[in-house]
Amino acid sequence: MRRRNFLYLTSGTLAAVGLVACGGSDGSGGGDGGGDSVEVFTWWAAGSEKAGLDALVEVFVEQHPDIEFVNGAVAGGAGSAAKDMLQSRLQAGDPPDTFQAHAGAELNDYIDAGQIVDVSDIYDELGLREAFPESLLERLTADGAIYSVPSNIHRSNVVWGSAAVLTDAGIDPATPPASVDEFLEQLDTLAAAGVTPLSVGAAWTQVNLLEAILMADLGAAGYNGLFDGSTGWDSAEVTTALTHFETMIGHTNTDRDGLDWPDATQQLIDGTAAYNVMGDWAVAAFDEAGLAPQEGYVYFELPGADKIFGFLADSFTLPEGAPNPEGTKAWLDTISSPDGQLAFNLAKGSIPARTDVDTAEFPEYQQTAVTSFAEDEICSSIAHGAATSVGWLNAISDATSQFTAGATDLAAYQQALTDIAAENQA
Amino acid sequence: MPAVLPVSSSAEVFVSGKLRRFGPPLLLISPSLILVGVFIYGLMGQNLWMSMTDNHSAAQANGREPISVVGLENYIGLFATEAFRHSMANLLLFTAAFLIGAMVMGFLWAWLLERPLPGGRFFQTVYLFPMAISFVASGVVWRWLLNSNQGDSASGLNRLFQMVGLDFLQNPWWNNITFGILAIALPAVWQLSGYVMALFLAGFRGVPDELREAARMDGATELQMYRLVIFPQLTPVVMSALVIIAHMSLKSFDLIMSISKPANYQTKVPAVDMFLFKSSYDYANSAAVGTILLAVVAVLIVPYLIHQYRESRR
Repeated sequence: MRRRNFLYLTSGTLAAVGLVACGGSDGSGGGDGGGDSVEVFTWWAAGSEKAGLDALVEVFVEQHPDIEFVNGAVAGGAGSAAKDMLQSRLQAGDPPDTFQAHAGAELNDYIDAGQIVDVSDIYDELGLREAFPESLLERLTADGAIYSVPSNIHRSNVVWGSAAVLTDAGIDPATPPASVDEFLEQLDTLAAAGVTPLSVGAAWTQVNLLEAILMADLGAAGYNGLFDGSTGWDSAEVTTALTHFETMIGHTNTDRDGLDWPDATQQLIDGTAAYNVMGDWAVAAFDEAGLAPQEGYVYFELPGADKIFGFLADSFTLPEGAPNPEGTKAWLDTISSPDGQLAFNLAKGSIPARTDVDTAEFPEYQQTAVTSFAEDEICSSIAHGAATSVGWLNAISDATSQFTAGATDLAAYQQALTDIAAENQA
Repeated sequence: MPAVLPVSSSAEVFVSGKLRRFGPPLLLISPSLILVGVFIYGLMGQNLWMSMTDNHSAAQANGREPISVVGLENYIGLFATEAFRHSMANLLLFTAAFLIGAMVMGFLWAWLLERPLPGGRFFQTVYLFPMAISFVASGVVWRWLLNSNQGDSASGLNRLFQMVGLDFLQNPWWNNITFGILAIALPAVWQLSGYVMALFLAGFRGVPDELREAARMDGATELQMYRLVIFPQLTPVVMSALVIIAHMSLKSFDLIMSISKPANYQTKVPAVDMFLFKSSYDYANSAAVGTILLAVVAVLIVPYLIHQYRESRR
């Protein structure tokens, strides 16, 4: 009898402990939330991104000394590890106080799921509608509401060139090609000279290249129409752009699918490749390698119908059910303030979203980006979630990989892109 | 206390007798039974249900838009796409190469190291070591080795081939569309052959020396001894090795992700598709791929379990 009672007791306790242990794990995912702290969830855990975040935190501590900053950065996979974790946390109803997301269509899933809330009143309170350019506000607004505050802006459609490699092949690095055709001719010349004409990495960098050629060939209005349905993905203009894309891919390094973007820019620095199309975060790689702009490396936009600024921005949100919305508001205040934007963008290598920040301190490349953002037509990036939702982008990446790997021909590729657009535009 | 209550009928005696016999053990295993029931079989059921819904967006996943049951539509849709059929074909090729490679290499090493050679123990350790490395870590190194550049810009194994004058062996490795996945089976075989070797060595050791001596006394040649005496006794070892390697292969994800990239068409397998669907908020298709994987593994494991059960009853 004694022994049996003991058995009952232990098994009962075990069951209870087991259930408690399993049930206890939700609600304590990370950061204690509440109180006077703000948990900021980013994938800025290394390199210039980390330097930017550190600079931002310095300004935050100064502006809001009473609120404690909790770093919720998750490293790995160019943000994919962080997005994965964020997805589970939001699903489980355990959001951070604020999280980093690309401004634009990438936010649609969070908006549809009711996971982030409208921050229009914060815009009014902080006077941000006057501080940000009209074209940017347009891009941030969805159905009359604004869901995030941008901290910085990057440019996606920059062609980088190695001055030494170009000169060796008899191309003058100081004068950029005047048209796409001239650029393609240069690629032929470079191939004949025995270097890799254009370096590229895995699928997403190929999508980055694709969007650059689409912008150049279609012009701003044509390109922007791809996403609202006014330009058909099956149109002849897109066929031309895809033909150019096919030619360019034919001139790239064969080991592209195993590389990420730093490996591709490194080929320019090592002198084995001439050109690379990548966002302007690549400028940090050239600077770190000790190359000087113009003498060591050159940059220009892919020439086309219009002068276009390929746009993407990092921004911060206010999640539904954030433990400490006051802390979030303080964080949004700092990242949108002139001081915050200056410190952050100087360190990260991007440009401020505000128009009233004194950019005299910025290095040469960023100056040109500031001018271009103010003057040129603005097109949202596909590869960086500004133009398309996550599902649409993933489908485009898959189709692009299938095409560049050689599994589909151009017609099938264009058909796939058309089908994907039809599925996602609805 | 139930024990002091008067017993009124024979049926109750029967019930309480059963309760006494099975109650305490049942109660003892009930925690694990409940946990396994909820967290394995319950969630499997949940997954199966999810795979038969039209839960394809973030809004539906969070209950902002209705979800309806669509039956087998997702499965039909998946198999209708060329991309998913390609994933399944890749999985099949990968598993075949991984299985055959690891079994053959493992057996050869075990067969060589079974005899008391000088340094045999050392090589056993050497061959077993790769298993101690995580797939992610070895995957990064194999990504460099399996670089697909040829000619002047070659590196990794292609460079090695050039250096030793075997230029014709250069190939794009995993960047071949149809057979690229076989290149990824190479590191998998490298990592798991040592484990298969250890299993076979244990199997060989389990064959009593008397049996070998008896075979030799009867004039059996070395080949006959292996074929007629030792191999039949290795069946359980072969079965476990097959099942372990095959189910690892079917679930392969980390090795492929660290050598290739998730979006790369050449190296797509269902596990990668499942991950991509999940990150696009397409939970229904993700669950459908998961269920297909479970079914494929079950085709392999269930006969094995039935076999094991019959063996143990004998």
